[in-house]
Amino acid sequence: MTLLQIRDLNVVYHGSRGAVPAVRGVDLALEAGRTLGIAGESGCGKSTLAMAVLRLLPRSATVSGEILLSGEDVLTMGWGRLRAVRWAGASIVFQGAMHSLNAVQRIGPQIAEPILVHENVTKAVANRRAAELLEMVGLPASHARGYPHELSGGQRQRVMIAMALACDPDLIVADEATTALDVMVQAQVLELITGLVAERGVGLVMISHDLSVLSATCDRIAVMYAGRVVELGAARELFAHARHPYSAALGSAFPIIGDAASRRRPGGLAGDPPDPADPPPGCSFGPRCPAAVAECAEAEPALLALPGEAGRRSACFVAQSGGAVRGETRGAVR
Amino acid sequence: MNPPLLSARGLGVDFGLPGGRVARAVDGVDLDVASGEIVALAGESGCGKTTLARALLGLERATRGTIAFGGEPLRYSGRALKSYRRDVQLILQDPSGALNPRHTVYDAVAEGLRIHRIADKETERVAEALSRAGLRPPEKFFSSYPHELSGGQRQRAVIAGALVLRPNVIIADEPVASLDASVRGEILALLLRLRDEMDLGALVITHDLGLAWSIADRIAIMYLGRIVEQGPVERVLTDPQHPYTRALVSVLPDSPLPEPMILSGELPDAARIPSGCRFRPRCRAYASGSASAVAGDCEGADPGPLPSEASAHRVACHLHRVERGAEP
Repeated sequence: MTLLQIRDLNVVYHGSRGAVPAVRGVDLALEAGRTLGIAGESGCGKSTLAMAVLRLLPRSATVSGEILLSGEDVLTMGWGRLRAVRWAGASIVFQGAMHSLNAVQRIGPQIAEPILVHENVTKAVANRRAAELLEMVGLPASHARGYPHELSGGQRQRVMIAMALACDPDLIVADEATTALDVMVQAQVLELITGLVAERGVGLVMISHDLSVLSATCDRIAVMYAGRVVELGAARELFAHARHPYSAALGSAFPIIGDAASRRRPGGLAGDPPDPADPPPGCSFGPRCPAAVAECAEAEPALLALPGEAGRRSACFVAQSGGAVRGETRGAVR
Repeated sequence: MNPPLLSARGLGVDFGLPGGRVARAVDGVDLDVASGEIVALAGESGCGKTTLARALLGLERATRGTIAFGGEPLRYSGRALKSYRRDVQLILQDPSGALNPRHTVYDAVAEGLRIHRIADKETERVAEALSRAGLRPPEKFFSSYPHELSGGQRQRAVIAGALVLRPNVIIADEPVASLDASVRGEILALLLRLRDEMDLGALVITHDLGLAWSIADRIAIMYLGRIVEQGPVERVLTDPQHPYTRALVSVLPDSPLPEPMILSGELPDAARIPSGCRFRPRCRAYASGSASAVAGDCEGADPGPLPSEASAHRVACHLHRVERGAEP
């Protein structure tokens, strides 16, 4: 059975500016033991999608569609079942570990808390498990007695991962889990996460704006823009050979060192993402698109499989008709 | 190559800590920035790169060493610093924090002129700075408030504020780190254009080696208060020599190096700098024994500060010195 199956997910926030759609008709699937990257920039709906998976959205959001976790719809679960599924079925690692950890509680009890809530075990057992989890993420068990402020940013992020693993979930959602970290610490944490995925067969949804990190860590990538998935495909191929002009532009923002084509030619995109409350007519990427044709202003392209490109989907009229999206081939692919 | 416009020699900045300990945040740095040159200063959080930038701006007083601008040593009197800051301007990471939310873009850009009592042609100067920074037509942005601008436009407004005094050098501390990926390229392209059009020198502080590849001419890699490798970007990033630089480059996605070398642990405390080579406790070459010929030096001798030399590729590593027969 598919571990996570999202079908036609729509999320609309209701606020002072009226109804603002944040996620529009997203379909995604993830098998156990695999990793799916979700790439996009601020406001594209990627974090809203992550929160929706565990039904963590505020009341002002209306959610429709289906989120099947091992076949069971998260959106229609009763509260009791939902409480059981959070942590034990799926858990989230957020970006800001300093804000997600309790500053005035020692680290050990914070990790032990979900274990105590979910499993019928004694405090001593939960504390022992917390110590084991710390060692699993490469921290000395003695850190259980410490407070979050005594740790570095990388160590706190490891504590967040230890917590996410506490109840042995089938699915982990990592929302910009390594973004605030230095390159070396990021490499340490990514090695840890991917090692755990391989060892324990959990599914991982990794959300990031950094397409280059996702391409190096994930099996598949979905690129989101203005609430929709605009391109989906195998990670390496998508990064190296984008078939949507937005993915191409996002990819070129991360130059490959040694690639002469990107030397002294910073890639980027003019303009800004559309206001979700006031989207442009036609393709939402149209106004910023270097490859746009007349058709793009009239209708929003659906995410369709590209003929002859296995597993690749693109929501771009130009790509669908076999045309070239600018900058789709990056320098040497290693 | 132009003669250096801004240069530091043997620069050191200490901070006193409780208990009488001293953190050597910057510990012997030689660095030059010439006009029309972009120099990237790269390193991890805590390596001292921001302290070095603050010292170069005269915001932090150097404990040791000298800073010179146009051949003249930096003096710390109020008047000398004020005139220095017309020539050397700072661009910060987060434009939302750098702009006063209650000032219009015009006021934000004109502030530098007002501080320096430059009253003639204020409107023209502000308009010119805005259009150089890519906010065109400038009049359209005069009465805008920061919250009405996008992140990229806000950073352009901050850059315009730095350009209005017609500086010779800008020091940019992580200039695009708070911007969305697709917007970053535009700001970096702007820095390149300013280098070409105004012959501006720039020191760009970043933890992102890809950014250095995109825009910089030279790069200096900093570790625990010292520059450990310095040279032209093409050479340092495609053929890194210091074990630390090699590790940093190796963990990048699509790295030119074959095997990722993930260093364990984190940057040591600047108040407890390891003896001998400061990188030794994390050095793969030392730990694996491939540096055994120089292990005694690694343990007992500091490779010393790297002398700055235009366009030379310099490495502060005992092993490199022996293997390449390079000058220390």
